[in-house]
Amino acid sequence: MNNILTYTLFSPLVGILLLLFINKEKQSLIKYIGAGTSIVTFVLSLFVYFGFDAANTQMQFVEQYPWITGLDISYFVGVDGLSILLIVLTTFLTPIALIASWDSIKDRIKEYVSFMLLLEVGMLGVFLSIDLFLFYVFWEAMLIPMYFIIGIWGGKERIYAAVKFFIYTMAGSLLMLIAILWLGYYASTLPGGYFTTNLLKLYAIAPSIPMGIQVWMFLAFTLSFAIKVPLFPLHTWLPDAHVQAPTAGSVILAGVLLKMGTYGLLRFCLPLFPLASFQFTPLLATLSVIGIVYGALVAMVQTDVKKLVAYSSVSHLGFVVLGIFSMTEEGVQGAVIQMINHGLSTGALFLLVGMIYDRRHTREISQFGGLAKVMPVFSTLFMIVTFSSIGLPGLNGFVGEFLILLGSFNSLFLGSYVYAAIAATGVIFSAVYMLWMCQRVFFGKITHEENRSLLDLTKHEIAVMLPIILFIVWIGVYPSTFLKSSAASTKQVVTQMQNAKSGNLTPASVIVK
Amino acid sequence: MYQFAPLIILFPLVGFLINGLLGRKIKNETIVGGIGTIAVAASFVIGLGIFFEMLSRPIEERSQVVTVFEWISAGTLSVNVAYQVDQLSILMTLIVTGVGSLIHLYSIGYMHGDAGFWRFFTYLNLFIFAMLNLVLADNYLLMFLGWEGVGLCSYLLIGFWYDRNFEKGTTGDAAKKAFIVNRIGDFGFLLAMFLIFNTFGSLAYESVFAQAKGFSVGDNVMFWITLLMFVGATGKSAQIPLYIWLPDAMAGPTPVSALIHAATMVTAGIYMVARSSILFALAPGTMEIVAVIGLATAFFAGTIGLVQNDIKKVLAYSTVSQLGYMFLACGVGAFAAGLFHVMTHAFFKALLFLGSGAVIHAMHDEQDIQKMGGLQKYMPWTFRTFLIGSFAISGFPLLSGFFSKDEILWKAFADGAPWMWVIAALAAGVTAFYMFRLVSLTFLGKERFDHHHIHPHEAPKTMLIPLLVLALLSVIGGYVGIPHVLGGHNYFEEFLEPIFAGANSKMMLPMHDSAALELGLMAGSVAIGLLGMFAGWKIYTQKIEVAEHTAKKFSGLHKLLWNKYFVDEIYDAGIVNPIKQTSDRFLWKIFDVKVIDNTLNYSAKFIEATSNIFRRIQTGVVQSYAIVFVAGILVMLGYLMGR
Repeated sequence: MNNILTYTLFSPLVGILLLLFINKEKQSLIKYIGAGTSIVTFVLSLFVYFGFDAANTQMQFVEQYPWITGLDISYFVGVDGLSILLIVLTTFLTPIALIASWDSIKDRIKEYVSFMLLLEVGMLGVFLSIDLFLFYVFWEAMLIPMYFIIGIWGGKERIYAAVKFFIYTMAGSLLMLIAILWLGYYASTLPGGYFTTNLLKLYAIAPSIPMGIQVWMFLAFTLSFAIKVPLFPLHTWLPDAHVQAPTAGSVILAGVLLKMGTYGLLRFCLPLFPLASFQFTPLLATLSVIGIVYGALVAMVQTDVKKLVAYSSVSHLGFVVLGIFSMTEEGVQGAVIQMINHGLSTGALFLLVGMIYDRRHTREISQFGGLAKVMPVFSTLFMIVTFSSIGLPGLNGFVGEFLILLGSFNSLFLGSYVYAAIAATGVIFSAVYMLWMCQRVFFGKITHEENRSLLDLTKHEIAVMLPIILFIVWIGVYPSTFLKSSAASTKQVVTQMQNAKSGNLTPASVIVK
Repeated sequence: MYQFAPLIILFPLVGFLINGLLGRKIKNETIVGGIGTIAVAASFVIGLGIFFEMLSRPIEERSQVVTVFEWISAGTLSVNVAYQVDQLSILMTLIVTGVGSLIHLYSIGYMHGDAGFWRFFTYLNLFIFAMLNLVLADNYLLMFLGWEGVGLCSYLLIGFWYDRNFEKGTTGDAAKKAFIVNRIGDFGFLLAMFLIFNTFGSLAYESVFAQAKGFSVGDNVMFWITLLMFVGATGKSAQIPLYIWLPDAMAGPTPVSALIHAATMVTAGIYMVARSSILFALAPGTMEIVAVIGLATAFFAGTIGLVQNDIKKVLAYSTVSQLGYMFLACGVGAFAAGLFHVMTHAFFKALLFLGSGAVIHAMHDEQDIQKMGGLQKYMPWTFRTFLIGSFAISGFPLLSGFFSKDEILWKAFADGAPWMWVIAALAAGVTAFYMFRLVSLTFLGKERFDHHHIHPHEAPKTMLIPLLVLALLSVIGGYVGIPHVLGGHNYFEEFLEPIFAGANSKMMLPMHDSAALELGLMAGSVAIGLLGMFAGWKIYTQKIEVAEHTAKKFSGLHKLLWNKYFVDEIYDAGIVNPIKQTSDRFLWKIFDVKVIDNTLNYSAKFIEATSNIFRRIQTGVVQSYAIVFVAGILVMLGYLMGR
C-alpha cells in the first residue's frame, strides 16, 4: 500500500500498453480492456478513499522521488481533504464515460480508448501533484488527449472547437508557468534559499511575498484557473467544446476538467497568495455572481439541449467560485461538494443528451416533445437529474448550493449580503431554463412522427446511469459521508485565511530544508 | 408514542418507493391504490396515537424533538433530520394524513382505468411524505426540504396528464408555471434562512425562538426575516402577487386539486407564519403587510370567482380567497384563528373539490358549469354533500366555516381595524354568492347538457365515502372552537395556546369584552353571507337574465374579472418577455457571440494576419534568400566604404 497513489495514477497506462499489442480490428476486446482498466483504477482509488484519514489535515499517502535535483523539482504526490473526493470522482466517471460510448464510437476505437485512459492519468496527476512543476506537466499533458478527443470524434465544427479549447487554455497556462518559475526563483532569493517547486515548502514562504509581486503571481494563476472553470467572461470556449465533443468527452470535460480550475483556486491561489486573494475577492465574487445569472439567462434561450447544459455549467461553476471566495467553512465545504455534485449531475445530463442524440441525431429542442410517452424510463431519469441540477432539497445539488449561499451570505471576506442575494436568483433561473427545456422535450403531445418510434433506454444505458443516480440521492440525503472527508482540510484553509486577514499569519522567511 | 413520530414520515415514503419501483409491474389497481392509501392511513393512526398521548401529558411536556440523524453539517452549521412533535405539528399532521387518506381512497375510484394509475399514487405518497416533513420538521432547512418537495409533487401532479391541452398551452405549461412561481417565493425563504442563521447562528426552531425572546418589538432584522419568509408564503399559499399559479394548477386531476391545491400544501404558508409567530410578533411592520395582503387577496380573488365558468376555477379562486382570510388572521395576530380556518377549510374545500370531481367524472370531463344544470336528480349524494360544503364555506350559522370565519372577522375588527372587517365581510358575501351560483348552475335549474352523449351517474362508493366523511366534518368540525360569546369553549385555541404564548407576550393585544359588539358584528356578517347565498341561488336558478343583463351593463368590469384583472398578461409583458428577449437577442446573440467571442476570434485573426506578413520572409526559396543575402552584403559594403 506504500505506493498506492502511484499505482492509481499510472494504472491507466497499463491499459494503454496492453492496447499496443492488440489488433485494432478486435474492437470489443479493446473496449473491454479500456473499461476494465478504468475499473481497476477506480478500485485502486477506493483503497485510497477508505484508507484516507479525514481528521488528518496533512498530505497523506505521500510519495516523493527526486526528479530534477538541482532545482528541487520532484515527483511528489499526496492527497488531502481537498483532493480526495475529486480523485474518486475522476476514477468513477472515467469508466462510466467509456462504457457509455460503447456503441456510439465506431471508428479508431483503439486510439479513442487510449486517449481516454491517457486523459485519466492527466486528470489524476493534476489532483495528486503537490509539486508545482509536476502539477504543470499534468495540467498541460491532459490538454493533448482532450484536444484529440474533441478534434477526431467530435461533431461538425470539431476542429474549430478543439483549437479554441486548446489555445484558450494554453494562453492561461503559460502565464501560470511563468508564475511557477517566479515562485521557485523567489524561494532562492531568501537567505539560504534555493529554487524549489515543492508546494508544501512554498505554502510556508509564499504568503510573505511582497504585495506588488504577489498580485501578479496571483493573477497569473487565477487567470489560468478562471479560464478552466470557466469564469465569466472567459467561458466562450465551453459551449463550443461541449457541443462538438463526443458524449464521453463532454462528460469528462464537465465532470472533471472544469473542476481543475476551481480546485486550483482552492489549492494554490488562496493559500499561496492570501493577501492578493483578499484584494481580488470583490472582483472574483462579482464575476462569479454575474456568471451565475448570465449563464442561466443564456442557457434559457438555447435551442440545442447540449448547449443549454453547457451554459448551465457556467452558472453552476459560478456558485463554486463564489463559495471558495466566501472563505467560510460553510462556503468552501459547499464548493467542494458542489464540484462533485456538478460532476455527477452535469455528467449525467450529458450522458442522457448523448443517448437521445444516438437515437435521433439531433439535439434541437424543437425536434422533440412528448418523449415521456415513448421513453418513460429515459424521461424519469432525466427528470431526476434535472431536479438534482436545479438544487431540489433531498438531492445532491441542494446541499452544495445551500452551503455556498449560506457561507457567502455570512462571509466577512465578501462583506456584503448582495453577492449571495443575487446569486440566489440562480435558484429561480435554473428552474426556469431546465423545466422549460424539459417541458418542450418530454411533455405535451408528440409533434414529430419520427419520435413516435423511439426506443426507451436499453439495460446497458440504464446500468450506466444508475450509479450516478445512486450518488445523486445519497449526497442529497446523507451528505455527511462526503462532507466529512473534506471538513478538516477546509477548516485549515479557512483558518489560515482568517489568520492572514487578521495579521496573525507568520509566514516563514526562511525556507525549510 | 412520541418516539414513533419518524414512522409517520416513513410510511408514505415506503408507499412511494413500492409503487414507484414496482407499481408499473403490479398493474392491479386495488393493490397499488391500497398500498398508497394504507401508507397514509397508517401515518394518520400513529398521528392520532401521539395526539391522544399529548392530551394526556401536562401542557409543558407536550412538545418534544425526535432526532433521526444529522443531515448537513459544515462549519458552525449543523442541521438534523429531526421532528418537532407539538400541538401545532400534530394538528397539521392529522389534517394532512386524515384528509390525505380520504383523498387517496377517493382517487382509487377517480383514477380507475388511467394508464398512469401507479404513477399517480406514487406521486401522491411522495407528496404526503414531503408535506409531513414540512409540518413536522424541527428546523427551517428540513421545512424547506418539505416545502420544495411539495412543490415538486405539485409540479408532477399538475402535469400528470402531460399530453393534454390546457387553456392556451398544455398541462405541462401550468405545471412549470407553478414550480417557477413557487421558486420565486422560495428565493425569499432561502434569504430568510440565511438571515436567521446570521442572526441566531442556528436554523432549529427551539434555538431560534428561544433567542428571539430577547429581541425587542420592531427590530429591523426581524422585519427583514419575516418579510422574506412571507415572500415564500405568498408563493406557496398563492397570495398577491404570486397567486397566479394556483388557478392554472387545476390542470391536474381533481383529487390533486383537493389535496394539494386546497386542503394541505397551499396552507403551508400559513403554517410557516404560525410556526414563526414569535418572529412575526417582533415585526409589526410585516404583520401589517401580511394582514393587508391577505385581505386584498381575499377580496380580489373572490371577485374573480364571481364570473368564472369552470367549476374547478371557481373553487380555485375561492381557495386563494380563503387563504387570504387565513393570512388576515395571522396578520392581526390571531394565529390560532388562522389555523382554525386552515382546518375547517381543509374539510369543506376538500369536500367541494371532490364533489366537483364526482361531477366532472359523471359529465365525462366536462368542467364548464354552463353546460351542466339539474344534476341533483342524477347524483343526489354528491349534490347533498356539495351543498353542505357550500353552506360551510359561506359561513352558514353553526357549520364549521361559520365558526372559523367569524372568528377571523372578529379579530380583524378588534385587533386590526374596522375597515378590515368591512372588506372581509364583503368578501364573505362574495364567497357566498359565487358558491351558490356554482351550486345552482351545476345541480339545479335546467339541464343544459347533451343527453345523447352525456349520461350523468352517481359516483362509486370509494368516491362517495370520502364525500360523506368530509361532509360530516364540515358540519361538526367547528365545534372544537365555539366562541365564548356564544357560551362555548374554544378548545382549539386553548390547545394551541402554548405555541403562540411567546408571540402573544410580545404583541400584548388589547382585551375586548364587548359581547354586544361581537354579537352584533356576527349578526352582520351572517346577514351578508345569507344575502349572498340567497342572491346566488335566486339569480342563477330563476332569474338568469338578471345576471346576463348585469354582465352586459358592466361589460368593462365583467371583462376585467373574466380576464382575472389581466395579471398574467401584465407579468408576461412586463417581466417574462423582456427577460427572455434580452437573454436571447442581447446576452446570447450579441454579447456572448459578438462581443466576447468575436473579440477572441478577431484577435486570433489579427495574429494570423500579422504572422502572414512575417511569413513571407520565410519563403523557403533559396534564390530569394540569396538575393536578400547579396543585398545585405552590398548594403554593408556600401556602409563600410562610405565611412
